[in-house]
Amino acid sequence: MSVVTKAGPRPAESFRVTRSQLNVVWTGVGALIVVVVLALMPYLVYSGTTAILVQGFIVLTLACMWNLLAGYAGLVSVGQQAFVGLGAYFVLILALHGTSPFAALPVAAIACGVAALPLWWLVSRLRSGYFAIATWVLAATIMLFVEQFSSLGSGTGLPLPGFTGMSPTLLTAYTYWIALAVTVVAMATVYLLLRSRLGLVLTAIRDDEVAARSSGARVGLARLLVFVVAGAGCGAAGAVLAISQLQVQPSAVFSVNWTAEMAFATIIGGLGTIEGPIIGTAVYMVLQQTLASYNAWYLIILGLVAILVALYARRGLWGLVDEHLRVRLFPVGYWLRLAGDNDRSGRRR
Amino acid sequence: MAWVNAIIQGVLTGGLYALFACGLSLMFGVMKVVNLAHGDLAVVGGYVAIFVITVTHVPVLWSFLIVVPVMAVVGYALQRTVIQSALNRGVLTTLIVTLGLSLVIENGLLQFFTANSRGIGAGMTLVTGSFSLGSQIELPYLLLLISAVAVAVLLGLQWFLSRSSYGRLIRAVADDQEAAQLSGADYRHVFGIAAALALGTAALGGVAYGMYSNLDPTAGTDTILLFAFVAVVIGGLGSLWGTLLGGMVLGIAQQIGAQINISDELLAGYLVFLLVLILRPQGLVTRRAQS
Repeated sequence: MSVVTKAGPRPAESFRVTRSQLNVVWTGVGALIVVVVLALMPYLVYSGTTAILVQGFIVLTLACMWNLLAGYAGLVSVGQQAFVGLGAYFVLILALHGTSPFAALPVAAIACGVAALPLWWLVSRLRSGYFAIATWVLAATIMLFVEQFSSLGSGTGLPLPGFTGMSPTLLTAYTYWIALAVTVVAMATVYLLLRSRLGLVLTAIRDDEVAARSSGARVGLARLLVFVVAGAGCGAAGAVLAISQLQVQPSAVFSVNWTAEMAFATIIGGLGTIEGPIIGTAVYMVLQQTLASYNAWYLIILGLVAILVALYARRGLWGLVDEHLRVRLFPVGYWLRLAGDNDRSGRRR
Repeated sequence: MAWVNAIIQGVLTGGLYALFACGLSLMFGVMKVVNLAHGDLAVVGGYVAIFVITVTHVPVLWSFLIVVPVMAVVGYALQRTVIQSALNRGVLTTLIVTLGLSLVIENGLLQFFTANSRGIGAGMTLVTGSFSLGSQIELPYLLLLISAVAVAVLLGLQWFLSRSSYGRLIRAVADDQEAAQLSGADYRHVFGIAAALALGTAALGGVAYGMYSNLDPTAGTDTILLFAFVAVVIGGLGSLWGTLLGGMVLGIAQQIGAQINISDELLAGYLVFLLVLILRPQGLVTRRAQS
């Protein structure tokens, strides 16, 4: 804003609009290198470390989905654990019928996306806070419903079959790779979604819902799509959870702590930015690992940090980085740059 | 006869649920805050009662005389500090902050009081005694007392809001914050008072729940918040009578569910909630338009 006013009126052709100041190719190459290094991890580190990373991938996938919901579509869901649980149970059901759990994972994710449709119809008429608790009630209802089936282990759950004869080392490595794959696909989906036309609508909703509506954006449809994608993504994370735990237990997979973790990782990192969930998940994992021996303390600190960030640094840790360096690793917005203006003072659009 | 009994028990437990719900309803009605930490704060009220009873040896039933004012002060302080600054930043921040509070309180209780559940012993006669109507219908004294308290609280709140001059001020601020501010009302203070009332009633709910069942750190979200919310939505937003009715509908649904199959108790309550959401999303009682 300040740049434009200081410069005064200029001819129309003296500015250009770009997505990023850095070349996107470099970000792409950087992301590729990170993914390749991560993919080599099972050869480099002990299985204890990869197990921790799998946990991190689950939280990161969930955080990306919650960011899409709350950060862009304005849907604060406290019931995403419904999809985590459903994803885990779909894998369990398919595995009980003889499918390999790895092959069952994509099916489970799609099934969760489909399940999101009727659930959306139920909760979409409620707004903000009431939407939040309604999704929570819905998740509780789904858990109670799943517990009705004694073939699925009722209230105690079942161990996940389908891995007999596989060596533990191989199983750990496969689990790690599939968790990594799910995270990469989830992040790529969110990134491409936000660069598309829908992304423009979602960014408009994020900034001002009323203005978006009055400009003809189909807010309802955009929200439905986001809810479905987030359902599928959380379902995939739930499927990874089932595979990594080798056990599906209703109170664990339908725990509201999943939503607390995904929400707070997103908020701490930066709501409404792609980079936010990554930073937030890193902070979450560090907190969890260092305070693991102090029981519930990491959740207490996580909650306190989230409250402080929500009140005093609304755009999260990434927002602070962005403000000072003006970099964006995953450019989904636009920058307005004035001609001859080569310093880093472009404005984001 | 068993069904009649289920309905009567449902009405009585519904009183308890209405007690959980009225604070949630009040805070939404006055400051448009959906307090996701409502249930956890009610549980804190219950734990404060346990603490007060062990330390001061006051009679259990009178512990509320200390607990309710303490929690009201906590409510006022929370509203004036954290919740107000969240409110200034928008609805999303309010939700995040109250969700954060919920997580902090729940895990704080877990850390300091362990996951063990503990009850508030209300005395043998009250807990086990009951009033017999015919051969199959028993009205437990404790539930009768709790529902009587719930009805009294809701009646009192309704009277306070509609008849007293301070209640009028609260309604004025709820209707139009800026106009009330222009007329010289400090809306922040009024919000604080509303939060104090909300948490005072929530604490009563927590104490009652501790006597009726057992308190544990997760009861705040698993039971109290969800039941309170379901009661508010079934009854219709912004109506205290609706909240009482909603609590009773939830109680009856649960008792009938339990009558069919003991493990269906909770599910039946939530299914009725979903049914109301589908068929009558505005709730059973709608507030008449006020001119």
